[in-house]
Amino acid sequence: MKRRFFLNFCFIGIAVIGIAVIGRAEVPSGDWILKQVDENIGSDNKIAVTQMIIHGRRGSRAIKSKSWIQGIDKSFTEYLAPPREQGTKMLKLGDQLWMYTPSTDRTIKISGHMLRQSVMGSDLSYEDMMEDPQLHKIYDAEVIAEETYLDRPCWILELTSSEIEVAYYTRKVWVDRERFVILREERYARGGKLLKTTEVKETVRIQNRWVPKKIVFKDVLKSGKGTEFLMESIEFNANIPSYIFSKAALRK
Amino acid sequence: MIKFLFKGLVRDRSRSLFPVLTVMFGVMLTVWLYSWIKGAENTFIESSAKFSTGHVKIMSRAYAENASQIPNDLALIGIEELLKNLKKKDFPEFIWTPRIRFAGLIDVPDEYGETMAQGPVAGLAVDLFSPRSPEKEIINLEKSIIRGRLPEKPGEILISDEFAQKLNLEPGETATLISSTMYGSMAVKNFYVAGTVRFGIAAMDRGTIVADISDIQNALDMEDAAGEILGFFKDFMYRNKKADEIKAAFNLRYSDEEDEFSPVMDTLYNQNGLADILAMTEVFSGVVVGIFIVAMSIVLWNAGLMGNIRRYGEIGVRLAMGEDKGHIYRSIIAESLIIGCIGSFLGTALGLAISYYLQVKGINVGSLMKDASFMFGEVMRAKITPVSFIIGFFPGILATLLGASISGIGIYKRKTSQLIRELEA
Repeated sequence: MKRRFFLNFCFIGIAVIGIAVIGRAEVPSGDWILKQVDENIGSDNKIAVTQMIIHGRRGSRAIKSKSWIQGIDKSFTEYLAPPREQGTKMLKLGDQLWMYTPSTDRTIKISGHMLRQSVMGSDLSYEDMMEDPQLHKIYDAEVIAEETYLDRPCWILELTSSEIEVAYYTRKVWVDRERFVILREERYARGGKLLKTTEVKETVRIQNRWVPKKIVFKDVLKSGKGTEFLMESIEFNANIPSYIFSKAALRK
Repeated sequence: MIKFLFKGLVRDRSRSLFPVLTVMFGVMLTVWLYSWIKGAENTFIESSAKFSTGHVKIMSRAYAENASQIPNDLALIGIEELLKNLKKKDFPEFIWTPRIRFAGLIDVPDEYGETMAQGPVAGLAVDLFSPRSPEKEIINLEKSIIRGRLPEKPGEILISDEFAQKLNLEPGETATLISSTMYGSMAVKNFYVAGTVRFGIAAMDRGTIVADISDIQNALDMEDAAGEILGFFKDFMYRNKKADEIKAAFNLRYSDEEDEFSPVMDTLYNQNGLADILAMTEVFSGVVVGIFIVAMSIVLWNAGLMGNIRRYGEIGVRLAMGEDKGHIYRSIIAESLIIGCIGSFLGTALGLAISYYLQVKGINVGSLMKDASFMFGEVMRAKITPVSFIIGFFPGILATLLGASISGIGIYKRKTSQLIRELEA
């Protein structure tokens, strides 16, 4: 009788521990999730045509641009519309930024601190627009909760950076559990102040990746109703000639 | 009687010279200090009015809320119509002029058109080319030119001399302005530097460009728009009561609390905390005069006491001869009145002379204003006002009277019965 009771007790104990271990294994680590996110959206380089619809206090306006992006160090953007901005080009190499405007025929170097300033009055900074960072290399991630967002099951990750120069020290991201695409994000300064929020309104499947097609950026420090960022087209691992990331390309 | 007392004072220098000098010095200090404070106040008001606030200023309600940030995205639109109404219909007794203040970068190109030097700039766009524009006189442009000339055609700017030297920028060269349009886009425009200027206001001379308003409207995508419309009394003398009346009338007619882009008017006193600063200077002037009266009274009371001790015997004889105590007291008061009048007159004359010199010549306080962010001329001058003529005169007389009245009370404490014994001693 005693032996039977002992065996039952051991069986139940093992079962409970097993369930706990299996249950725990269902939630992968934050770092693993972040790597999946980077694998989904990351590539050696990309060419994207995007449109920003900026909702200001006086009304809305749209700016269309084409960007050639390689990692976080190299980026080239040409503005296509509206006519006032058409032909303006920007080149970012590392933390240096150059701008060319056809109306002045000048190549102007913009100081590094401008990288965190607003692009054309939008809610995006030059860093937001011109960099394609691999998040898992910059941040340590931890899963803090699970939630359904836009009818999609998500993990909520808290990302903390160990780098000093990073624009957003911590981020809270909502990652689609199946598509590994970030659907919502809150970006914080080192002191814990919320700086920016993003909300993905639509995702599309392109080149076997889930890509946010429509994102609403909101710089919480600015008045206005935010900026809609629309991905019109994107090409991953594109063939980008090296001259694109040179100052000579600005005047072409 | 007065002649008799006057003769006594002149002949006995110890009764007159020290008290007169004391009163004169105190009155001179009061007149000079008051005129100096008024001068500083005037410099501040004038600089602020000409370069920043006007005597009255019209902005959009949203712009006015954050005026210190110069939010051109919230600027007034439709200014031509508004200006026409202001000048011809509503308030023709004022001079009206539109302005755009802006911030940005000035970029100086090298021979290949690439950035050679760059610096942050504060810009002031004024109407430079309209034949009836008052702006050249208001901001004293012609006299402020250091090198080069005034802009003569669109696309030309003036740049502060100190800033131009820092950027190695010479008149005749091109500089590029990088700023934001009214809608937040990047604004980039080349300008020809016609000349360099120095306004004598640290906040303006650190890094400013002056451009024609049409050029800046074009560069910042502000067609028929301006950040501010400034109004000035035609004689350029600010009158707060009248300004308040104009403000009330304008806001009643044009301003709509429901529309954040409707125009709203504010007076010079209500901008940049000017009212507080001016109230503070008023209090300061009052404190200076108050301290003067109290300090002088104490000094003259003391001088009177010493005089009375020295004249102890004289007063005793006068009392022994049957002179009434009240009569002696009144004669001491009358003497002090004469001393007060002479001292106050001399002090006022000397104070006015020093103030006049400082009004004409001024003192350069530029080194103290290097990092000042408010509009204050580097040359600080005194200003003689009608009050300068009386601000020290009456307190000077009052202080002498007070001093003599307090010290003279001792006369009433003398006992007639002891006079002979005192005189024998």
